[in-house]
Amino acid sequence: MDFSDTKEEATFRSEVRAWIKDAAPTYLHDSLAASGFGNTRTGEYEPLAEAKKWQKKKADGGWACIQWPKEFGGRGATPMESVIWGQEEGLYGKLAGTFIIGQGMCAPTLMAYGSEAHKQRYLPPLASGEEVWCQLFSEPQSGSDLAGLRTRAEQDGNEWVINGQKIWTSGAHISDFGILITRTDPEVPKHRGLTMFFLNMKSPGVTIKPIKQANGESGFNEVYFDNVRIPDSQRLGEVGGGWQVSLTTLMNERLAIGGSIATGFPEFKALIDNLPLGNGRAIDNPAVRSKLADWYVKSAGLRNTAARAMTALSKGEVPGPENSIGKLVAGGMMQDIAKFALDLQGLGGAIVDPAIAASSARLQAMLLRSPAVRIEGGTDQILRNIIAERVLGLPEELRADKGIPFNKIPSGR
Amino acid sequence: MDFDFSQDEKMIREQVRKMLSARCDSGAVRSVFEGREAYASHVWQGLVEMGVMATAIPEEYGGVGAGYPSLCLVAEQLGAHLAPTPFSSSVYLATEALLLFGTEAQKQAWLPRLAAGEIIGTLAVTETVAQATADSIQLAFADGGLSGAKLIVPDGGIADFALVLARANGGALGLYITDLQQDSVTREAVATVDPSRNSSSITFAQSSAQLLGAAPDQGWSQLQQVLDRAAVLLAFEQLGGAQAALDMAVNYAQERFAFGRPIGSFQALKHMMADMYVALKLAESNCYYAAWALATGSAELPLAAATARVAAIQAFQLCARDNIQVHGGMGFTWEFDCHLFYRRSNYLTLQLGGLAEWENKLVDRLPAGEAA
Repeated sequence: MDFSDTKEEATFRSEVRAWIKDAAPTYLHDSLAASGFGNTRTGEYEPLAEAKKWQKKKADGGWACIQWPKEFGGRGATPMESVIWGQEEGLYGKLAGTFIIGQGMCAPTLMAYGSEAHKQRYLPPLASGEEVWCQLFSEPQSGSDLAGLRTRAEQDGNEWVINGQKIWTSGAHISDFGILITRTDPEVPKHRGLTMFFLNMKSPGVTIKPIKQANGESGFNEVYFDNVRIPDSQRLGEVGGGWQVSLTTLMNERLAIGGSIATGFPEFKALIDNLPLGNGRAIDNPAVRSKLADWYVKSAGLRNTAARAMTALSKGEVPGPENSIGKLVAGGMMQDIAKFALDLQGLGGAIVDPAIAASSARLQAMLLRSPAVRIEGGTDQILRNIIAERVLGLPEELRADKGIPFNKIPSGR
Repeated sequence: MDFDFSQDEKMIREQVRKMLSARCDSGAVRSVFEGREAYASHVWQGLVEMGVMATAIPEEYGGVGAGYPSLCLVAEQLGAHLAPTPFSSSVYLATEALLLFGTEAQKQAWLPRLAAGEIIGTLAVTETVAQATADSIQLAFADGGLSGAKLIVPDGGIADFALVLARANGGALGLYITDLQQDSVTREAVATVDPSRNSSSITFAQSSAQLLGAAPDQGWSQLQQVLDRAAVLLAFEQLGGAQAALDMAVNYAQERFAFGRPIGSFQALKHMMADMYVALKLAESNCYYAAWALATGSAELPLAAATARVAAIQAFQLCARDNIQVHGGMGFTWEFDCHLFYRRSNYLTLQLGGLAEWENKLVDRLPAGEAA
């Protein structure tokens, strides 16, 4: 057991540190530090332009997607080096939020199922942030039950014709490409009739509408497909093999999201250090201390669990479904923390204006955004099912649609 | 970074697991639980034969110097098997106190015998039914002797000697070593929520004792340091217990049928067990970190120990409690072992001071600012 850097790791770290010291957009530091959850602040600068600028600079210096092979725009770095990079990039890593889905989920799918020519063409600009990708999975009728999706793809010569609707697509409005899962055969049981493609988001027949979220922001979209044509060469995996392909994407989703998961703990701790409560300080109040201890235990537990996953990764093992605990713990915890933090401030806690509210209203932003954390990328309930079934080995859910052709499955309205 | 136990350490765990599987079954636990033995001597003997009491003791004092990570994994197995032995009192508390603060002569006198498992030690602090504080300690040391009473001492009826927190001449607190076999010492069994662990009151009547180490006024801070180290080791026992209780629940839920299905196929129970797993996993990772801090003498030990302790209390209490729930009515019978885990989980919560006490310590030890 050893938490210190090896000699190689220490050398790598100092190299990273030196490069970041020279190259980082320090003019964004204070705005990024005050960023609320799910809302990267760049002050007077345009967020997307700044994100792309930093990503391109990293790519030019050989520091983009460092774990990818060099030929695809990466650096061929080890998982451990990737962790070190993340630690050193720190606050500036928030700028990469725009690229997480493309680089963390679409890219591994392309690497596993794309042709050599596709990888050469699409991966380098994805690494450098010059092209943005999104993931077109969820539908109005299929969220947790993803395999119940209905967007149709019908073959017409060397092309496929797509009709249907996706929803909750992060960043579709700024994306150049997307990976798309469709139903190609409704007459077989649901998992067997799916096929994966990728497409140009500027294709004729693609319509993107932002969703106004409950917190007033718009990070997600509805995407409509009206006779959109995709060449067969952009199919990923076999016809009818889309479910397998999607598992690659979703497995990486867990890694991409689970790696640097926000809990709200640091923001809460900083807030209550100096927050008055009654005639004293909040941090001296026994009820506050008990909750603080509980949340620290969870926050440290997640950090240490991630360190164990990294150790496993560096030994060539594959992180398993036990990593599902990350988002499950962090989501509920953030919601609890936000609620409690506001409660300590009385009516003043209701203020969302960053100029007036404590901690630049970061906790208020969490209160309003955290319900989504418990839903996106697998609901709390689905994650508990995954833990119960795949980790603990408990029996599967009874499925009313098992073995039934997709078009015979009862559906509500 | 390498955040895992080594192959050698895991091998020690496996050997201890095998021995305990053979010797420390439910029958062995119940022989103590139901009062037929003060502790499971056959299990203790097995531990002696494997030499595990010597794990973290340096070779110069008769130990094997295999280090704390190994001892942590031994503790985990003792917890998983509900071992009814004075191991925690003797090894995590008495041995650690001697290693930290004993004079050279004291170390030479006690450690080789502790390493060999020939003698059993314990730590005596509690005097009232309130959480002990520095001010609450009344037991007196004067003219070379201890006078007064400790209300409840884990393994107090079994131990050969004790480290006793006492006040010298109405003033400073110190830790004193005393032989519990002397005539002036009276011991009486105390009934607790967990009869599978010996607990006794001890009364001293000018009983001969010697200051541990050389500082007569450092008793309270020495106690905290000993408790921090013991907290890490005891957390591994709690971890082992939590895992065993979860395994019990999962196995039962697969075998028991209701409404024509295994009860483990109902989401209400699946989600309950998923939450048990989450608590266990968080505790495990925090315990691993504390094991590293203990092994390396890191400055982070006080915070890491409190974190592991709080997480392990939460995990064992949740797993033991909900294991009963998964078992339904059968879980509340004397016959099923569920209550043995439930009782142990609550006893271990209190053994080094309860949850609120450790939550407080944790918060005291957090650095200022955005510490995550």
